[in-house]
Amino acid sequence: MSRSPRTSIRDGATQREIDAAMAAADRVGPPDPHHPNRDYPPYRSSALRHPRHAPLPVVDPEAVELTGPVFGVTDVSALDNDLTLGQTGEPAGQRITVTGRVLDRTGRPMAGQLVEIWQANAAGRYAHDLDQHPAPLDPNFTGFGRCLTDGDGEYSFTSIRPGAYPWRNHLNAWRPAHIHFSLFGTAFTQRMVTQMYFPGDPLFPYDPVLRSVTDQAARDRLVARYDHQLSLPEWTLGYRWDIVLGGPSRTLFEDR
Amino acid sequence: MTPPAHPSPADPDRLPPTPAQTVGPFFGYALPFPGGARIAVDGEPDPITVHGLVLDGAGSPIPDALVEIWQADRDGSLAGAPGSLRHDQVTSAVVGRDGTAFTGFGRVPTDADGHWAVRTVAPGPHRPGAVPYLAVAVFARGLLHHLHTRIYLPEHAEGLRAQFPDLPEGRLGTLLAQRERAGVYRFDIRLQGERETVFFDFP
Repeated sequence: MSRSPRTSIRDGATQREIDAAMAAADRVGPPDPHHPNRDYPPYRSSALRHPRHAPLPVVDPEAVELTGPVFGVTDVSALDNDLTLGQTGEPAGQRITVTGRVLDRTGRPMAGQLVEIWQANAAGRYAHDLDQHPAPLDPNFTGFGRCLTDGDGEYSFTSIRPGAYPWRNHLNAWRPAHIHFSLFGTAFTQRMVTQMYFPGDPLFPYDPVLRSVTDQAARDRLVARYDHQLSLPEWTLGYRWDIVLGGPSRTLFEDR
Repeated sequence: MTPPAHPSPADPDRLPPTPAQTVGPFFGYALPFPGGARIAVDGEPDPITVHGLVLDGAGSPIPDALVEIWQADRDGSLAGAPGSLRHDQVTSAVVGRDGTAFTGFGRVPTDADGHWAVRTVAPGPHRPGAVPYLAVAVFARGLLHHLHTRIYLPEHAEGLRAQFPDLPEGRLGTLLAQRERAGVYRFDIRLQGERETVFFDFP
């Protein structure tokens, strides 16, 4: 069962109320220090969308979940990792390169992994009908991409730095700029959907999604670092973000 | 090469994993793909449809959830082929699988009614004597870390019981699909509440 205080946050709560709820959740900590607590009252839509029962642990070297789907060259096109291409003109905003390695928990690079990303445009607007806040859509930016990691487990995307955007969790709620990432690993147990943030964003302390990861060291692992070596003259600013996939795989079981 | 992270004090030999975050409300133009719900190959003589709702703790359908399936082929093989997200080489658009290779992977967003459906095959035993099931990952706005569950077809009810002898009957039942008619099975996923689905963790 969940250990978080069962507080419910009212509709139209102020940032101060959310801050108090985030501080209370920090004191409790999540059941798994590496991940957010699914029961995190400051993120109000989690209230009815988290299980009350703790997940049932399965340790079975023959579980189907120790294997997973595979993807290959037919699953990505050569242009899929450049979100600034594909339309007739250039998208507005700051061009960026986002690169990093996908590793398992032993530090081994994971080659040939499908990496999928999606994000808001430079003005903080998603190309999605449900995002209706008054910021401009960019006809030259659809905001999603894919690639396969190379032999060193490295992925690379060219994109536009996303803007921060408002949401309705509470009054004056703003999400820090982020890019959504989806990864598979070599086993379904390693499936991961997460968000990458940009260093030094002043919105970090106010955001209940980022702060749902209550351990500061774990939270820091969601923040890319600026890498001047990756920046290209008069072209892009470079950010580096490595991803470590947890969860057992058949290989790990065989190593035990 | 710079190490990506500091080893965690509790487990110094292993890197700490990157934390999960919610899929959010706006994955719909990025993750779903054409044919994502059609796992069965073309001409499959004995396809099944598995469908249901994703529901929240108030019993309301969740219209912004994403359901993923990973499963063995009818012969129990877990060697799913690549090509679920096959591209058109001229336009770069995703056209989906070619209909001949079994990839074992399905991905379907819930519709405005919180409903999802996949067309697939009943998986065979992935090891001699294994109880077959469809592995499921559920993502949703409001869900900070995705959840794993399993779909067992009703003919494997006894095997399911034997696999989880400590689970009360009521909870066990949340893992069993209900046969609606020949080849059509119902499986609702309840994230919270009285008949909350059993979710799994793989430590």
